[in-house]
This record gives sequence, structure tokens and C-alpha cells, in this order.
Amino acid sequence: MEAYGEAMIEAQHISKWFGPTLAVDDVSLKVERGEVQGFLGPNGAGKSTTMRMITGFLPLSAGSVTIGGHDIEEDPIAAKSLVGYLPENAPAYPEMSVEGFLRFAAEIRGLRGRQVTEAVERAIRTCFLERVRYQSIDTLSKGYLHRSCFAQAILHDPPVLVMDEPTDGLDPNQKHEVRELIKEMGKTKAIIVSTHILEEVEAICTGVVIIDRGRLVFRGTPAELKARSALAGAVSCRVFGPSAEELMASLRGVSGGGAPEVLASSNGGVAVRVPPAAEGGDGLARRVCRLFVEKGWEFDELHTEGGRLDEVFRAVTLPDTVQENGA
Amino acid sequence: MSILRSTWTITKRELAAYFASPVAYVFTCFFLLLSASFTFLLGGFFPRNEASLAAFFLWHPWLYMFLVPAVGMRLWSEERRLGTLELLLTMPINTSHAVLGKFLAGWLFLGFALVLTFPMVITVAALGDPDGGVIACGYIGSFLMSGAFLAISSMTSSMTRNQVISFILSVVICFLLILAGWSPVTSVLVKLYESVWFLRLLVAALVVFLSAVVLAVLRVTSVLAGSRRVSLAWWGCTAVLTLVGLFWDRIGFLGKGAIRGGVELLAASLVDFAVKVSVMGHFDAMQRGVVDLRDLLYFLTVMVFALFTTGVMLKTRRA
Repeated sequence: MEAYGEAMIEAQHISKWFGPTLAVDDVSLKVERGEVQGFLGPNGAGKSTTMRMITGFLPLSAGSVTIGGHDIEEDPIAAKSLVGYLPENAPAYPEMSVEGFLRFAAEIRGLRGRQVTEAVERAIRTCFLERVRYQSIDTLSKGYLHRSCFAQAILHDPPVLVMDEPTDGLDPNQKHEVRELIKEMGKTKAIIVSTHILEEVEAICTGVVIIDRGRLVFRGTPAELKARSALAGAVSCRVFGPSAEELMASLRGVSGGGAPEVLASSNGGVAVRVPPAAEGGDGLARRVCRLFVEKGWEFDELHTEGGRLDEVFRAVTLPDTVQENGA
Repeated sequence: MSILRSTWTITKRELAAYFASPVAYVFTCFFLLLSASFTFLLGGFFPRNEASLAAFFLWHPWLYMFLVPAVGMRLWSEERRLGTLELLLTMPINTSHAVLGKFLAGWLFLGFALVLTFPMVITVAALGDPDGGVIACGYIGSFLMSGAFLAISSMTSSMTRNQVISFILSVVICFLLILAGWSPVTSVLVKLYESVWFLRLLVAALVVFLSAVVLAVLRVTSVLAGSRRVSLAWWGCTAVLTLVGLFWDRIGFLGKGAIRGGVELLAASLVDFAVKVSVMGHFDAMQRGVVDLRDLLYFLTVMVFALFTTGVMLKTRRA
């Protein structure tokens, strides 16, 4: 077992041309053991293409990928044997039974005899496939199909896992199970997960990478991503008593606060939000609170916003409409 | 993992896939019915009045031309369509293992169908006293030919995700391989190279071909970097030269002596090459009981070439 903290997946300046179009443009990333790297980006941003290059399915146009120290193009067999891969849409052979499919995957991964049976049983247990083990794959529901392919990826207990939208098409319970599973495995493996569900990133990832139009536009932790939000640190609350104008006027005087904003007013209550100023935004909630107490206004739902991922996501990536109308 | 193990794992899976679908049974029935009815109804098995399976083997190239592409069309197209290609090629195996494994599965299946024609052997053995060696040799030849056609189907299958396109392409290629050596066609070909128009067209085609090759080389070595005007001038010169080529024998100094002889030799060797490339001659020799190393090498070469191309196709066209 290699030491933790060692880079298991290392992609250096990888690019991919499809004919004249540049699908992935100079992306570098590094995933260590014990890390779950979330891969975000709008549709068609190059997430799947990048994953396909990392797993050795697509040849690289430029750059290099090493898995556990083995170059994916120079020493593909050694590199690929360290990887478990769940491709987009969970492809599987429709005429095979779930168990047969997993046995095939185990055998082609080089397991033999008892090892095959043990690995298959373990994968069936982990992915809750007991009920459908003898069913043929083309009769499976989407959730089971997805989990069968997932089982195939974790079968040989690989140190590296690459998963393209692992929770796509699952119901909320299954999503939860799969996330727990990824989180659990993330403690000992190096994992890359692509998704466009932002809560998922918060729930399971230790790091985030955002790709837009083939370029890497953000790299950091989910907390750093949230902190980029203009809303991060804003204080919102509902106040009873003063009129909206009066409230605004007093809130403008709070030090460390930006221009306040009325969100809604109903039943005599006014919902407001005070964004933090560029400097000295710390303790804003306390100062707002003190103001209300001094004025003798009643209030509730006072809280500090942690920032919104979707807002940051929109800010760092261009929406389709801009991409199509623009350059 | 050794090449044998991973190849065999894939072969096993693929064979199981054949027998899991009705295609296998339909194919086997079709093959048996057609080969029997062709032998007795069209091949003149009884009028021949000889204890041999010549009437049976006679039809094999034509049967295989349609049936083998039907077996081979799904080999890679299906993997592409389902997306399992991505799964298979990210496994720790060589692409060549996968190509070989899938091909072997198809070939074993064809062999299985061929073995089921054993009542033919019993029939001739009951009616007369056939030469066992000749029959065995015919079967080997037939098996090799099916392998060559299957390798071609594997190649066309690796090019497209559409099975129908793959089927049509490989039928066309197999048909050409048969046709080039089929005696009615070869007799026409032999007549052709005595005709002056054939020689003229040949020279013109040669001019165009050489011009295209030279232009491609110049482009690649970037001596000529994509200037439209230069390209136009180039093809203009080629057109003039082609016209000269079409009437070269009318231009006094070209139309005689060594040049004429050279062109005729070229035409003759082209026709000869076409005949040699065809499966017909090689299969015919084998089904008559002649085992020649060259025939074995021929079938082997076709298989190796087509499977190699399959591998290249899979490596370069993955998206």
C-alpha cells in the first residue's frame, strides 16, 4: 500500500482536438489518495472527454497522464489495471446477467478462480444487487443498470476511481447510498467524479475543478468555491415594526455592510439582505443584531449566508446562450 | 495477464453473446438449408455422378459472401453503439487481445455451423467411396475462407456504429474478392488488356494517381503549404497530362517499342494480380485437395491484414 498524499492521478497540460475543434485545452490536475475531486462544468465543456483521456480510452493530443506513476500511453496495461471506470450512461452488455457481467469484468481484470467469486460477491453486496443478480441486464431499471456498472468499477478494489456522473438517473435514496459509498471509498482511494449537481460536490468532494469550454476555470475546495460567491457572508433576516424605508436607512449605517436590499415584505415583516462590504465584513450579523435591539425592533430568521454554489458556477462558466451568440 | 487468458475471456463472452441471441440459430439454419439445397438443386450433385463434395463446396464462397458479414457485422459496431467499447478498451488489456478474442469467437461459431454440415460427408460416403483427404482439405479451405471473410467484416464493423453499413461494406469487399477470380470475370479481364482503350485508361489513371501522390507528399512535407492557386495549377497540369495519357499511343514517339511493351506488361500483371488477390483460385485449389503453402499463406495474410486494420481503426477512431 502506497503512502497517502501521493498523487495517484496526474494529468499534465492535456489537450484534445477533434478535427479542427479543441475540446480540451491545456487542463492539468492532480488527485491524491484520500481525495475526491469533483469535476464540474456545463454540458459539452469537456468533462467526459477529459475523463476518457485519463482512463486511456481517447488518445491525448498533447500532454501526459500518469496513473500511480504509470504513463497511460507508454504503459497502458499497468496504468489501466489501477483504475475503476464508470463511463457516462453506464454501458453494459445487455444479454448478460448481472452476475455474468461482473464475472466477465473480474476475469478480464486478471482475477482467477476464488478471487473472481469473492470479488463478485463483495461487489454485489456493496451495490445492493442481490435481488437482480440473475436478471439479464437489458431488463434492469436505470438505477440497477447504473449500480451494475458501478459494481464493475469497484470490483477489483482499485486505488483510482473515475466516475462520469455516478448518480445520474438514480432516485433520491439511491443517490444517497451512492454518495455515502463514494465518500467512504474516498478515504483510501483517489477519486474523480463528474457531476452537474452542485449539492453533490458539497456533500462528497474534497476538491473541485470547474471546466468551461475545455479550459480549467476554477480549482480549489468546495468551501473556497462558495467563498467566491458575492453572497457569501451576507446577513439576511426578517424585521417587524419599521417601514422598509426606515429599515434601509438604519441598515446603511451599519459598519462593514454593503447596500441593503429588500427581498420581500409581508404581514408587517420586511425581509432584507445586507451583503458584506469588501473590508471588515466580519461580525456583520452581530452588529445588525445590535442595531435591531437598540431600535427595539422584533426580528427572526437572522442568518449569515454561506454562499451559493450555483451562483459561483454561473459566474465562472458562460451559459450556452452567450457561447452561441458570442465568439 | 497473458495474451491467451484475456483473449479467451473475451472469446468466451462473445460466444455466449452469439448463442444468447436468435441470430446464431437463424444463421445456422439458413446456412445448413442453403448449402444443402444449393448442393442438390443447383450444384448438380447427382448428375455429376462422382463421390466428391465438389458440388457442395462450389457454393461456399457465395454463401459466405452474405452470411459471414451477417455474423461479423455486430462484432464492433454493437460495442460502439452500446458504449461498451469504452468499458472494454479501458480494461487492462491490449486492443489486439480484444480484436483477436472477438474474431476467434466469430470464427469458432462459423466453424460450428460448418461442422453441422457433416451429413453431407455421410451422404457421399454412403453413396460411393470418396477420398477422405480431399474432403478434409475442402473443409479446411472453407473454414479458412470463412475466417478471411470474417476478418474483413470485423474490419468494416470497427469503422462504423451502424451494423447495416458494416454489413453492406463487407459484402461488397467479399464480393469483389470473389469476383476478381471468378472465371467468367477473369476471361473478360484477360480480353481487356488486349484492348487499346484499357491500356489508355490505365496510363491516364496512372498519371492521376502519381500526381495525387506527389501532391500529398509535398503537402505533408509542407513544401506546398495550402495555396489554392498552386493546387489549381497542379491539377491543371495533371488534366493535360491525363489527356496526353489517354492518347499516348497516337503520339508517335510514345506509342512503340519499350514504352508500349512496358504498359502492356503492367496491364497484364495488374490483371494477374487481381486474379491472385481473389479467394476463388486459392479456395478452388484447396477444395480439389491440393494443399499449397501459398494458399494457406494467402488466407492468413488476408486475416492478419484485416485484423490489423481493425486494431488501427479502434485505436484511431474512438469518439
